[in-house]
Amino acid sequence: MSSIAQKKGFGATIWDFMTTVDHKKIAILYLISGGFFFLVGGIEAMMIRIQLAKAGNDFLSAGLYNEIITMHGTTMIFLASMPILLAFMNAIMPLQIGARDVAFPFLNSLGFWLFFFGGIFLNLSWFMGGAPDAGWTNYASLALASEGHGIDFYTLGLTISGFGTLIAGINFLVTIINMRAPGMTYMRMPLFTWTTFVASALILLAFPPLTVGLFFMVFDRLFGASFFAVEMGGNTIIWEHLFWIFGHPEVYILILPAFGIFSEIFAIFSRKRLFGYTALVFATILIGFYGFMVWAHHMFTVGLGPTANAVFALATMIIAVPTGIKIFNWLLTIWGGSISFTTPMIYAVAFIPSFVAGGVTGVMQAIAPLDYQLHDSYFIVAHFHYVIVGGVVLAILAGTHLYWPKMFGTMLSEKLGKWTFWFFFIGFHLTFFIQHFLGLMGMPRRVYTFGADQGWDLFNAISSAGAIFMAIGVIILLVNVVMTTIKNERVGNDPWGDGRTLEWAIPSPPPFYNFAQTPLVRGLDSFWIEKMEGNKKGMIFAEPLGDIHMPNNSFIPFVMSLGMFVASFGALYFLDGDKPWALAVLVIGLLITFGSMLVRSLKDDLGFHITKAELLKDAKGGNTDGH
Amino acid sequence: MMKGIKKWRLFALMTALLVFLAGCGREEISTLIPAGEVAQDQFNLLILSSIVMLFVIIVVSIIFVLAIVKFRRSKMGEDMIPEQVEGSARLEFLWTAVPIVLLLILAVPTVYSTFDLADVSTMDVQAEDGTSTHLTVNVTGKLYWWEFEYPEQGIVTAQELVVPTDERVYFNLISADIKHSFWIPSVGGKLDVNPENVNTFYLTFNQESSELDDGVFYGKCAELCGPSHALMDFKVKTVDREEFDQWVTAMQSEEPPVAEGDLAQQGEELFGPDGLACIQCHAISGSGGTGGIGPNLATFGDRNRVAGYLEHNEENLKNWIQDPQEYKPGNLMPDASSLNNGEELSEQELDALAAYLMGLTVEE
Repeated sequence: MSSIAQKKGFGATIWDFMTTVDHKKIAILYLISGGFFFLVGGIEAMMIRIQLAKAGNDFLSAGLYNEIITMHGTTMIFLASMPILLAFMNAIMPLQIGARDVAFPFLNSLGFWLFFFGGIFLNLSWFMGGAPDAGWTNYASLALASEGHGIDFYTLGLTISGFGTLIAGINFLVTIINMRAPGMTYMRMPLFTWTTFVASALILLAFPPLTVGLFFMVFDRLFGASFFAVEMGGNTIIWEHLFWIFGHPEVYILILPAFGIFSEIFAIFSRKRLFGYTALVFATILIGFYGFMVWAHHMFTVGLGPTANAVFALATMIIAVPTGIKIFNWLLTIWGGSISFTTPMIYAVAFIPSFVAGGVTGVMQAIAPLDYQLHDSYFIVAHFHYVIVGGVVLAILAGTHLYWPKMFGTMLSEKLGKWTFWFFFIGFHLTFFIQHFLGLMGMPRRVYTFGADQGWDLFNAISSAGAIFMAIGVIILLVNVVMTTIKNERVGNDPWGDGRTLEWAIPSPPPFYNFAQTPLVRGLDSFWIEKMEGNKKGMIFAEPLGDIHMPNNSFIPFVMSLGMFVASFGALYFLDGDKPWALAVLVIGLLITFGSMLVRSLKDDLGFHITKAELLKDAKGGNTDGH
Repeated sequence: MMKGIKKWRLFALMTALLVFLAGCGREEISTLIPAGEVAQDQFNLLILSSIVMLFVIIVVSIIFVLAIVKFRRSKMGEDMIPEQVEGSARLEFLWTAVPIVLLLILAVPTVYSTFDLADVSTMDVQAEDGTSTHLTVNVTGKLYWWEFEYPEQGIVTAQELVVPTDERVYFNLISADIKHSFWIPSVGGKLDVNPENVNTFYLTFNQESSELDDGVFYGKCAELCGPSHALMDFKVKTVDREEFDQWVTAMQSEEPPVAEGDLAQQGEELFGPDGLACIQCHAISGSGGTGGIGPNLATFGDRNRVAGYLEHNEENLKNWIQDPQEYKPGNLMPDASSLNNGEELSEQELDALAAYLMGLTVEE
């Protein structure tokens, strides 16, 4: 196998991506599929805002509206935000620690395909009898009463994609613990690597409760197991606990990597070391830790009693402290710096007031008695969109611009990027700020319509108008991506000019084996240190140039995931009773999965070596396209 | 001239007030115009926390604006390399300690209020004659409607809660099917209506609903419960104690309501067991038991809405009877034709039913 690039046909490229175990290509797969689901979720959001643009609108029926809100939430959380963040983690984190790849390249591929097939399965519900309609929280009494297969698509789809996420989390943990370059101590790791590390730990601990809840739900729906069936002695509040024991850390699984991306951006575009790096690291760990202590603040109105409510109220308030530490350290990072307002930087700068606004309403909702009014009203809708859109989505957009050259070797247009920013940012505040007041004016969330006599017309109309601005922003981004790809102006190692961490010391995009020689890390912001010392070679290296051992591509992860996908249809239709083929489908699907696992176990795959000669040839030719 | 200015001032003032009130929503439903002690407590917490949070926002905004204005690269020069500051323990301490103090300011009233609002210990206090000193209402949430039982008084009603003003009213909440949430925004925060356990809390109603434009407070279901979750509204009529007692007495009277006039009598016939048998699901006496399949209709003529949200007139009532699914998708009421051997009701029969139902009243 040679590392010399050849012009490949379309089919060969597709095959390459279907079988790849390269973290950079898997990152592109995550980015494309996450981006696709982001557009799907966005279209659903637009339909919601059209329906609510005026009182008594009949654009959507009541049942369809519930399906759309459910799929909007589920898609945006599980299928858009997380995969896109996983894309950045995959693309950047191994480079930041100077690793050859992630610890388990095969599992990396498996994690992606499981997520992908889970997401496709969930979305196929639209065409196969109706989507889930019990909200993204899928509260048990409503979910069990839901007719059709929508809820089954939800439970089975999320189970499969949840496996994928769990695998990714474990993989990143092992990678960061074991594969750091010499000199890269924990306290020299870039903040994005740190947040990836903590978020992965949260994935490891938070997804099992969700999986347990989903299994209970699957057993209740398909086999009448009665975990949640009240008339059989079950209890629906258990579902709420399991869901939120997962659900709250999930919010931090999303926001911590976003914090990581912004930390990188503030440092790069202020040309300044992160202020209070140690404090930022410990704040990240604390936020991750407290994330598991506060789930019942989603359940203040359930009737858990004043003691539980008071304890969880106080625990929730404490989270404001490490979050505040982060905000002030970022402010002090740009303070005294030399700020360059590139597209990633304006996103990062705009993130601070947006996220602070979302954070303070979070503290307000931590006040349990006040939350009795705010809970399940449009106030909470405004709050979580302020933290998710104002935090996570702004980070995703910022990260897309920041890391696009590193992932694809060409820069997105700064001009169009700024247009996207202004449309999206103005639209975001226009849409969601006013929703705080709708909530205070008594509007419950998840209502498909409202009467003209409730006094909510004007604010809803303004909110819907804002959504149009956001949509325009996203469309400009798409145009930007297409135009940039067509122009394809290649860039060097450090296209922003002020890169500080290891990923900027390597060509854009990096060769498939990453660093030809493992770099030696001499401090925080190791690339910046070398730059300041005038190191012409970019880095100091920890080893002489030698042969590199690489894993072979594999089609097995795709097949394994496909088996789960097929089996899910069998499970879904099995208990309709009148579909005898369903059992066969279930068995065939599981046979495919277990068969491919067997093949993987029995067949030795020793990988291949890139010889020193090939590496030297690469270095001379400046060839970076991989094999 | 002076008079003109005065008028103009008054106009401006009224306009400002109107805009302000529009910003607060309608007093029948807005949490920003509290009409009860509980809502007032929660509103006070809202104001307190808003002030503290405004302080945080102002501090962050000042540092933020100064930073992005002062340290632009265009000002600092293209080649300037800033000093690589590591951090400051003193500053870290400052922005850890100050938020903790702010949170303590919020924590004290939070804990106090959490326990205060959950205190239902006086619920079962009895007077010397063995009657409860406080009114208790048992609320049952059902698919898209609400049943209100007054156990002490032995009466049941639906969709329109009637309560006395200026005293604590206790509520026992349970769901008969899907989880709901009981919320009267202008009177107090919500509490979930779970299918597996009774939740108890209290509210105090400090304003008579007759002062409101619409004559009732608006109540909502706040937990997604199916397609018609958005339409699972109820109304709250608050009256002084004397009027409340009169209402209770009227509800308790065992006499079946008398249908007046030929049309209404025909309607009664249709409603009864020999007609469409509506009565199998809908009780028409307020002194009956709970657990009705459909809402109790004893006070139907007094109500503010048809089906909880439609304007209260015969036209809407007839439309509703003909095709309930059209107006509340997923509700459990069969359409009229399925009760009439598959035939649509005639206009005359609908008129009769409407006349009969509108005549069901306990108020003079």
